[in-house]
Amino acid sequence: MSLLSLLDGPDLRGGAEPVTSHLARLGPSLLSGAALIDALEQSDLRGRGGAGFPVGRKWRSVAARPGPRVVIANGAEGEPLSFKDRLLMQARPHLVLDGALLAAGAVKADQIILYIGREHSAAASAMLHALAERPARERRRIRISRPPVAYISGEETAAVQFINRGVALPLTVPPRPFEAGVGGRPTLVQNVESLATAALIGRRGGTWYRSSGTLLVTVTGAVTRPGVIETWLGTTVAEVVERAGGRAASIQALLLGGYFGGWVAADDVWELPLHPERLRATGHALGCGVVAPLPVDRCGVAETARIVSYLAGQSAGQCGPCVFGLEAIAETLRRIAMGLSRPDDLARLDRWGAELPGRGACRHPDGGAGLVRSALSVFADDFAHHQERRGCTAARPLAVGAA
Amino acid sequence: MFEPSARRRQGSLGGARFGRSGPSLGIDRIRCDGRGYCAELLPELIRLDDWGYPIVSSGPVPDHLLEHARRAVATCPLLAIRLAADGRSR
Repeated sequence: MSLLSLLDGPDLRGGAEPVTSHLARLGPSLLSGAALIDALEQSDLRGRGGAGFPVGRKWRSVAARPGPRVVIANGAEGEPLSFKDRLLMQARPHLVLDGALLAAGAVKADQIILYIGREHSAAASAMLHALAERPARERRRIRISRPPVAYISGEETAAVQFINRGVALPLTVPPRPFEAGVGGRPTLVQNVESLATAALIGRRGGTWYRSSGTLLVTVTGAVTRPGVIETWLGTTVAEVVERAGGRAASIQALLLGGYFGGWVAADDVWELPLHPERLRATGHALGCGVVAPLPVDRCGVAETARIVSYLAGQSAGQCGPCVFGLEAIAETLRRIAMGLSRPDDLARLDRWGAELPGRGACRHPDGGAGLVRSALSVFADDFAHHQERRGCTAARPLAVGAA
Repeated sequence: MFEPSARRRQGSLGGARFGRSGPSLGIDRIRCDGRGYCAELLPELIRLDDWGYPIVSSGPVPDHLLEHARRAVATCPLLAIRLAADGRSR
């Protein structure tokens, strides 16, 4: 069997697969409604947006609420290192539409909203074009919504609030969207890769996914051919890096899961399985499937400072711990990276990293805190070096002419 | 009423540790503005971070602190803290 499932079909460089090719290649879904929810539960498919919530359970929760109901196909993809959702929408829009329609059928929703980040114009036009190829009975239930370019636009309550009020900021939960979402109706917010995978499970069954299911991974950073790779669940980090052309330099650590994920030391990372549950068992998170090796000549402290500064700037600005906590962590990291640390900086980073999680309306502060905790452990020597020697271990003389 | 720091010294977090059932405290983080009354009234379960925002002990509120917890809830000028039966709210 081909390794490709989500991205199977015509050459990806040819753009979006037309509906005729899609139907000829995959045929209609064999499972729908309650039988599809059963298959999803059997498959143990986890949401591919980042949180990794069991998809079958989510669909069942929405279906159990009183109607009318709504489905949001989440293609916001605000994570700066992830490219897999926009690629999927650009290349296989009909698979995403199939998944959204199957979800709507299964949870008995009469409205579908394609929620596509404003920066992803190629993805949005591919989805619109695919929509135009669909019959009117499907088209009239589907509309498109374009949230602003922001890290938190894809957070599920932010999606709901944007559609309801034009404001893409998270809301206090409960109620969660499955209880009261778009127009106060029970709403299924599901990442586009999860929906596309559900559309394949509808054709091949839950056991197929358990044995041969795939996921999309964005491999970026110090690899020879950065890009989106489809691979079997459980593939090791070493294998996907190899498939991305191999290491472009000596690697000291790897960012796993994106800005919301964490650093893993190179020595510990290569055999880790890209599988939501098996990875979780090792204390790491798959997140949205970003694999980003950091070369030895880059400073892990400075890199972490850069990412947390970005996350602090991307706070919705609604919750005090996130606004002040992330900014304080970012400022402290920048200070350490520049060799200007104060004696208690590491202790404070440690404490803030522990105090911040769970103290926002959404999980944005948890992401920054988790990244810092992983950095403090993976780059412990570098932090110490910056503090004691006021310099950076990654600083190396540049070869003549090197960038 | 006890003097708060005296109550803190009694170490009454035990209830949360032993998994008793009962209501737990939740903060609406968007509403909360860090006034800090809750931590004044219920230091056993609530302390403040470096910017004055509450850090709440997870788990059910022990019976002997329920009255204090209710008072903390009622005193919040932003109505940002609540005592929820299922503890779903943070």
